Order: sequence, then C-alpha cells, then structure tokens
Amino acid sequence: MIKTTISSPHWHDGRTVSVVMTDVCVALIPGLLCYVWLFGPGVLLQCVLAVLFALSFEYAVLRLRRRDPKLFLRDGSAVVTALLFAVSISPLAPWWVCLCGIAFAIIIGKHAFGGIGYNIFNPAMAGFVFVVLCFPVQMNTWPDLAGHGIGAYLGSIFPAGAWQPDMLSGATPLDELKTRLEMMEMVSEINSGINGTPIFGLIGGAGWEWINLLFMLGGVYLLARGVIKWQIPAAVLAGIFITSSVLYFYDAETYASPLFHLFSGGAMLCAFFIATDPVTASTTPRGRLIFGVLIGVLICLLRQWGAFPDGVAFAVLIANVFVPLIDLLTRPRAFGEK
Amino acid sequence: MRELHDFPGGLLLEPHKEITDQKMSILHPLPERMFLPLRQHIGEPAEPVVKIGDKVLKGQIIARADGNISVPIHASTSGRITDIGDYPVPHPTISKAPSIVLEPDGDDAWFDIRPTEEYDRTEPAKLQKLIRDCGIVGLGGAGFPAHVKLMEGVENAVDTLIINGVECEPHISCDDRLIQEKASYVVSGARMIRHAVQARHCVIAVEDDMQLAYDALAGLVDDDLELVKVPTRYPAGGEKQLIRTLTGKDVPSEGLPIHIGIVIHNVATAAAVYRAVTRGEPIVSRYVTVTGKVDNPINLQVLIGTPVEDCLATCGYRHDENNKVIIGGPMMGLRVTGPNMPVIKTTNCIIIQENTPVRPEMPCIRCGDCVGVCPAQLLPQQLYWFARSAELDRAREYRLFDCIECGCCAYVCPSHIPLVHYYRHAKAQIVLEDEQGREAGLARERFDRKNERLKYETTGRGSAKPHGDADQDQESRAEKQAYVQEALARTRAKRRDRTGQED
Repeated sequence: MIKTTISSPHWHDGRTVSVVMTDVCVALIPGLLCYVWLFGPGVLLQCVLAVLFALSFEYAVLRLRRRDPKLFLRDGSAVVTALLFAVSISPLAPWWVCLCGIAFAIIIGKHAFGGIGYNIFNPAMAGFVFVVLCFPVQMNTWPDLAGHGIGAYLGSIFPAGAWQPDMLSGATPLDELKTRLEMMEMVSEINSGINGTPIFGLIGGAGWEWINLLFMLGGVYLLARGVIKWQIPAAVLAGIFITSSVLYFYDAETYASPLFHLFSGGAMLCAFFIATDPVTASTTPRGRLIFGVLIGVLICLLRQWGAFPDGVAFAVLIANVFVPLIDLLTRPRAFGEK
Repeated sequence: MRELHDFPGGLLLEPHKEITDQKMSILHPLPERMFLPLRQHIGEPAEPVVKIGDKVLKGQIIARADGNISVPIHASTSGRITDIGDYPVPHPTISKAPSIVLEPDGDDAWFDIRPTEEYDRTEPAKLQKLIRDCGIVGLGGAGFPAHVKLMEGVENAVDTLIINGVECEPHISCDDRLIQEKASYVVSGARMIRHAVQARHCVIAVEDDMQLAYDALAGLVDDDLELVKVPTRYPAGGEKQLIRTLTGKDVPSEGLPIHIGIVIHNVATAAAVYRAVTRGEPIVSRYVTVTGKVDNPINLQVLIGTPVEDCLATCGYRHDENNKVIIGGPMMGLRVTGPNMPVIKTTNCIIIQENTPVRPEMPCIRCGDCVGVCPAQLLPQQLYWFARSAELDRAREYRLFDCIECGCCAYVCPSHIPLVHYYRHAKAQIVLEDEQGREAGLARERFDRKNERLKYETTGRGSAKPHGDADQDQESRAEKQAYVQEALARTRAKRRDRTGQED
C-alpha cells in the first residue's frame, strides 16, 4: 500500500532537508577553492578525511540508536558538519585531530542530544573546541602563504614519525596580531609585517581577506536560495563591526580596524555558515538579530582578550546556550494580538 | 480608490485555475439517489421532519433547524424519502453521519415558494429569518450559518460589509464562474445584506487575476458598492487576511470581525441571499469545480446531496486506487477515502490527484521557513514542539487558536512534517480537556451541593431545607442514627472478640 498524506495541505514545494544541506555544500565551494589556491590542497584533504569520519560515525551511531541510516545519512547534515569542521581547523593538523574532533562533533555534539534537530550546540564548533582544547599546538600551527603541494600536506596530516610541520607553518594574521600586541607593539608596527610582507592585506588579513570574501559570496547564494535568512549574517557582521569600531576609535594603535576584523579568520564563515545553522540558532526574526549580534560582539571580545587568536567557535557555543531564552523573550505578536 | 494593505506571510502558488475558469458551467443531471446530511454547517444538526416513504417537493424543508446556530435542510429536488440513517459524509474525523436519502422522481417540481416584498422595506429581523429558513450558510467553505453573522451585524454598528470573492486556493474557480455567470445575483445580494446590517460601506473583493469576474461586476456596481481587486497571494481570501488587506485593521486574536465593525460574506452566499429574497428559493444547488486528473475539468451546478461519484462521472472520470480524491482545495481540502459521499452546501471543489508516496517525516531542523510564511504570525515550529509533547498550555499561550490551518507552514517544511495535522490534533485535545474540565466543575458543584444538603440533613441547622418535610427528615435521621449505632456496636463487639482471642 502506498503511504499518502491524509491531512492537508496536499501540496508541497518539494524542498527537503537534503536539498537544504546540498545548497550549503555548494555555497562553500568558492571559499574552499580560494583556500586551496592560497594555501595548497591541505584543506581538501581535511575535508575528505572529515567527511569519511563523519559518515562512519553517523552510520554507527544511527545503527546503535536504531534509526534508519539510509534515511538519515541522506539528509546531508553530517557532511555539512564535517565540511565546516574541516575548513575551521588548520590544514596541517594530523589526521587524529580530525578524527577526535569529528567523533566529538557527531557523537557528543549531535547524537547525545538526540540527533539532527535536537542538538543544542553547533556540532562542528563543539568538535572544534574539543580539539582546540585537547591539541592546542596542532590546532594553532597554520601553513604559511607559500602554497605548499599535496606531498607536504600529506606528510603533515599522516606524519611518519613525530609531527613537525615547522617547515610549512607561518603565523596567521590574527595570531601575529595577538602575539605582538601582547608584546606591547603598535598595530602600525605589526602591519609593517614579517620579513617585509605585511600581515594586513587590502582590507583584512593577508590572504584570508579573499577567502572571507568568497565565503561571503557563498553566503549571498544561500540568501538568494532562501536557505538562510538575512538577520543572522547581518547581525553577526554588525556585532563585529560595531564592537571593533568602538575599540578602534578608542585607540587605533592597540586595536585593529573593523575591516580587518570583518575579513580575517573565520568571520564570514561564521556569519553565513556557522551561526546560521538553523538547529542551534534562534528561530524568531527578532531573536535571530539578538543571537547574531551576541556572536559578533563575542568574536571581537574573544579575539582581543581570549586565549586563542580567533573567537568564532567559543562565541557560537556561548550564544547557543542563550537560544532558548532568546526564543522565549522574542515571540512575535500573533496576528491581531494586542 | 481604496488603499490596500499587506498581510504577513503567505505564498505565491501556481493557480491552475485556467483549467476551468474560462469554461461555461454545466447543469449536473439529476442523480439516481441523493444523500442529504443533517449537518452541513457549523452548529447543531437539523432535525428530520419527514418519514421514510414521504413524497417531497423541491425546496421543501425536510429537516428543521435545531436551536439558533443551526439551519434547515431542504429537498434538492422532488421525490421520495427512502431512508434516514448513517451515510458517508465529507468530514475530517467522522466517516458516517445521519443523512436523509432522497430518490428523485424526475419531475424536479418546486414546492410553493414565494418572494419577499421589496427587501429594502423588509425589517432586518424578517430578512434574517428568511435567510435562516432558506438554509443559507457561509458557502466559502466554513459553513457558518449566515443568519447568525447577519444578526451580529444588525445588533452592532457595522462599518464595512465585505463580499468575499477572493478565491485564493489553487484550482478552485467556482466563485469565479458564479460571478461571471450570475454577477447580478452577487451585486443584488450584496445590496440586500448591506441593507440588513445597515453597513456604511460595502466592498466586493476579487483577486487581481480574476479579470473577467471583475469586468462582469464592474458593469453592475454603482457608487454604493466598491469593487476592489486584491493581489493574488495565498491565503488572501482568508477572513482576517482580507480584512487586513482592505481596511488595514486586524481582527483581534481569538476574536470576530464584528468586534471591529466588519461583516464578511462569500459571493456565493450573497447570490443565495438574492435568490432567497426574490424568489424564496432555499439553497438546493451550488457551483462545484471538478478538476485535476479528470477528462473534462469544469464547473458544475450541482444539486446538494448529489454523490461526488456522479460529479466525477459527468467529467469523465472513474475512480481508481492510483488517485486520491480531495474535497476542497489542495491547501486546505479534505482528502476522502473515496467518492462515495455527497456534495454538501460547503463543497466548493473536487480534485483528483495522483497518489504519490509521501516523503518520510524528518525531525524539525528549526529552519524557520514556516515562520516566514505564517499569515497568522505564529511560530509554527514551536507550536509543533508543544503539540508533539502535549504541552497544551504552552501551545495555547503561543496562540494555537489563531492558526487558520492554511497549510503554508507544512507546504514549505523541508522536513515534510504534517504540521497542520499536529495543530488540529492539539486543538481538539484542548477543546476536549476544556469540556472535561467543565464537566468536572459541574460534578464538583453537584458534590458540594450534596454535601451542603447532607449537612442540613444531619445537623438540622437552618430553616430552609432543600427538600422533604420535617417529619420525614426526622424519621430518616433517627433511622440513620440507629444504623450508625448498630454498626458501632458490631465493631466494638468484633474488637472485643479479637482482643479476647489474642489474650
């Protein structure tokens, strides 16, 4: 017998969760390609690894939880989690970092809370924070802009002996800024660069500004497809812009410019791909604005005073905690309600 | 020119109206048997006034209204009553309901019906009675007795009367055809209702893609009636949505249009009022759109009680299991188990759709697409959550009862959750609990009264006694006391025995 809808409506626009998730993956492509162009294919290796790990864990946990793996693997949420995790970690990170992060993301971050739709924390960010706390050295060693080949990355991701990627690594702009600000240097001094190459590019961190721009382009695609709503990205960017502006105008030599903050590190990835994860974000129109601004402000504060160069993951997780409260306080007035 | 306002949410849907809205409607032939359910409206079912074997004439009352929120049922043609019993009805939860079965004699002979004197000299109360006697209900789909709405209008100051020709659901074109073919009925009916409720303004609204209907009306309206085209967007024809569009005013949450001085009737209702007033003709037929996977999709003028099966046959369709039958539109219509049920007063459309397998229901990913399209500005995903976990108080707090069940949320849900189904279920549960609560309250009251009575009886205090005279009371009290004494004595004896054994 064919199962059919009994209740109205008898029409549907045909969109499914898989379509939504596929859109997200497609939107990641430009940023990802730029990443490869600037830093070499390491990030792609991480993506492949992360997706493989994620699908395996997802399958195993679905079997354990007696859910239909065919149905739930096809929703594509595990792939999106894996990709977001892979573009967030250092392309040099050894394979076990990826394994541990994905394991935490899928098993604890997602399924311990009930699987897709029920998780409180963004799984990719939960996995990221787990490995950044467990493996700070591996997670904070980033490649330089030399654009190393696939062999170099393979050597770093699957080390034969001890993990020593020193030949490939260089400081990221955010890292450099943080370290040297702590050494009481001035922003203008820092920008004069490492060995003559400035760390600031045209608008943001050198190299990273282009990746950020292309992630933003992907985000615009998601907006156009109606996968994400404008409130969260706008609010995250506004939060970053306002906070960094205030600091910048207070003292331009101790605090980096708003543009630098907007186009460095994971700012755009967060605004368009991570903070917009529907499951863990606020769902009311006004709530989304509050949620986004909270993340933006936290990113700036954590970059400035936190323990790590970038603050995206912690900012998102902290904001996730407030979602139920935000949703409760921002229920829209129903039609005709006083 | 009236300034139009926007309503929240809504969807642009493929209209599919072009299939039927250009074709002249046809009169459906007399069926072999007709089934007339006693309840074709909101409110109490009508009470049969005929017996099996009775001969009736077209338009004769065969079941009378029971109470104020009820309307009578009329014979749709002349013939003989062959049965009164439970037969299939188009209803979301009930499969069979009391109906009168009528076997047409083929004469289609009218009962003695008479026109009313000039409507503008008739008192509103008389007009209201006439509308009720003619069995007129909201023909847009809800089926609320028209006279009740009219009375509300008579009793309260009415600023605007809206005649709703905004047929916003895809596929349905019965109102469109009715306007095109009987525009004068609609306009005259609107004037009559307007007179009855003494409305200051009267607006007839159609969708902006109903150009032919608009033109038909435009030739007939005068300065007294406003004719307005509203943008085509589902659910623009919803009562609250249309009121917002036309007046910018919002019907209060859980309130009625009359609370803001508005009365709203469907165009078909207006046409029915015209027939009732000018000829004394009750509702015996209506326009029904038959469309979808049928050979000859068209609008039919169908006698009430005609089996859906016959209507489909007229359009060249024989039912098979690969297709499903939907009564109403694709967004709010009712999927029925088969075509073996009658067309009733509120049946506006019959759609045959292919029986495609449904996508499995996935967990809600809180994407919020439903929030953006909800015309009632609710949070559908939260309501779903509360409905699923049976947190009914929270559901009500989140204005579940403002949900108009338009289906926009479920239409866009990427997880394919039948949201409206959950809301209907939760609403029914809340109504049930409220009823049980009321019953429990009544029981408690009865219990309290009984206790009070017993207190009087046992203590004899107070001069007013609930019932029984003093002697009887004394007697019964003495009896009771004797009974208690006896029981006490028995217990004491038992206790003595037991202690004796233990010692």
